[in-house]
Amino acid sequence: METTIKATNLTKSFGDFTAVDKLNFEVEKGEIFGFLGANGAGKTTAMKMLIGISKPTAGDAMVANYKVSTQADLVKKNIGYMSQKFALYDDLNIKENIQFFGGIYGLNAKTLQQKYQQVVENLGLENYVKQLVKNLPLGLKQKLAFSVALLHQPKVVFLDEPTGGVDPITRRQFWELIYEAADRGTTIFVTTHYMDEAEYCDRISMMVDGKIKALDTPKALKKEFGAETLNEVFLNLAR
Amino acid sequence: MKKFIGFVKKEFYHIFRDKRSLFILFGMPVAQILLFGFAISNEINNVDIAILDKADDKNSKEIIVNLKASKYFNVLDYLQSEKEIETAFQKGKVKAVVTFDQDFARNLQRPKTSKLQIITDATNPNVANTITNYINSIVVKYQMVNLQQDPPPQLVQSESRMFFNPALESVYMFVPGVMTVILMLVSAMMTSISITREKEVGTMEILLVSPLKPSTVIAGKVVPYIFLSLINAIVIVLLSVFVFQMPIMGSLFWLSIESLLFIVTSLSLGILISTLSSTQQTAMMISLMGLMLPTILLSGFIFPIESMPYPLQLISHIIPAKWFIIIIKSIMLKGVGFSFFWKETLILVVMTIFLLGLSIKKYKIRLA
Ligand SMILES: Nc1ncnc2c1ncn2[C@@H]1O[C@H](COP(=O)(O)OP(=O)(O)O)[C@@H](O)[C@H]1O
Ligand SMILES: [Mg+2]
Repeated sequence: METTIKATNLTKSFGDFTAVDKLNFEVEKGEIFGFLGANGAGKTTAMKMLIGISKPTAGDAMVANYKVSTQADLVKKNIGYMSQKFALYDDLNIKENIQFFGGIYGLNAKTLQQKYQQVVENLGLENYVKQLVKNLPLGLKQKLAFSVALLHQPKVVFLDEPTGGVDPITRRQFWELIYEAADRGTTIFVTTHYMDEAEYCDRISMMVDGKIKALDTPKALKKEFGAETLNEVFLNLAR
Repeated sequence: MKKFIGFVKKEFYHIFRDKRSLFILFGMPVAQILLFGFAISNEINNVDIAILDKADDKNSKEIIVNLKASKYFNVLDYLQSEKEIETAFQKGKVKAVVTFDQDFARNLQRPKTSKLQIITDATNPNVANTITNYINSIVVKYQMVNLQQDPPPQLVQSESRMFFNPALESVYMFVPGVMTVILMLVSAMMTSISITREKEVGTMEILLVSPLKPSTVIAGKVVPYIFLSLINAIVIVLLSVFVFQMPIMGSLFWLSIESLLFIVTSLSLGILISTLSSTQQTAMMISLMGLMLPTILLSGFIFPIESMPYPLQLISHIIPAKWFIIIIKSIMLKGVGFSFFWKETLILVVMTIFLLGLSIKKYKIRLA
């Protein structure tokens, strides 16, 4: 198996407060890796170090076979990112968003047109093509943002609470998209605090106060803690 | 380069789809210039004039009485000789000097000779014209009423002389002021708001995760505003010239160069503000309180710097707008060359380099 993400003693402190404390883990190619934790556990902070927009206080990470500390440019070319805030341009339409975000990764006009048609077809956006993105329902915006993060076919895609604020059915649909991407070999690194979503992951890590307290497949974790659900496991750890 | 063009294109979508931006960009400059322009060019009541009466006869005295009686003029001074004309202007109060020739009474009877001379300050041709017309009509009326003459066509000869007169503020003084405020507004406030907007909605992170260099991101945000600021400057100058007949005395080349310099100064202030604020609201407040207010109040645009309390005069030195106003005032209204404003230009260049360096440094720190 090929390792795509590797964190070594990854640490971030803000003054006296350690938000992320010596993380060590590996994620394999094509894996869906769930990064769980309550609000404030340090998920976003850890992810920002992995994608190179926040400097670790200590430790380092490898992403897509490149060292984040020294090869940030190469890392950037090979990753996609969907931030916690829903982040497409509200005042642009679907096509303009795709042209812009694909364009900054160097995709040419022909490819962009193809991608645009694919995305519209895939997500059933035909009725929205003339609208500005701000008029799309939240669920569709999230799916669109995910598709946009995948435009340049990154090796790894980082999703920070991608399904915040939508109902379980829409979440389920979103996960279909994640499975499709993983099937094509894309590594998925996803944070969430929804325990139902954790069940969909290949492996999950549970983070409490900046530290990883448990890391395994959902099945193994439930077995280890003698719990029925992942929620029980999590409550056990958080105590 | 293609990425950069894509970026700029996207920026124009933002601008042209936002009513607030459009209003600030295109409504404000036009509204301000028209407002100030009409308010000021109509203000020609009680113009202070001086009189040089070489005729000193019955007719000239009666005309002077008529001038004094009109609500338009206020005779401030009686001069004794031609030599005193220049000092009268330099003292600063007088906007026109009316001269009666020795043979005024005889000329009054003859057609086609000039009867009296009006010397006006050439920095205000608009006002000078109006003054000349008013005086002319007073003299014509006098001839018709007192001498029962038909009005001959050419009575008053007016002459504009260029008096280099620092104390007398031009009515066109508002143009450099408005231009400065608008450039500041567009370059500093609009860019700081547009950069913080990307931070606020989260797209800035996406851009920083992408292979785009941070410098490309900032350049892409800034270039559209350089372009729009320049268009604004051109609109302001055109309006002033064609609607209010403001003469541009100096070189258009230097006007463009200096405007570009000030736009860059303002942009670096805008970038600096965007590094200090995380929401559009904050950026707007800092821009208004920290930039617009001092620019309007302390730059000499509305209140003359010389009459400010000393501490405020000191503060005014660090306001870039003050130096820019001095520069474009020199170019637009005085028509002097670079040797007259190189010092102010140098100060502005140093300020710009400092601000640009600071904002780039701040921006990098924020990324860490
Ligand atoms: N820039 C920062 N400065 C200071 N503290 C921060 C900063 N960013 C995050 N934190 C703190 O670090 C902790 C972890 O935050 P975060 O990574 O956003 O948590 P999560 O994404 O798991 O909800 C929180 O207590 C948060 O307040
Ligand atoms: Mg978070």
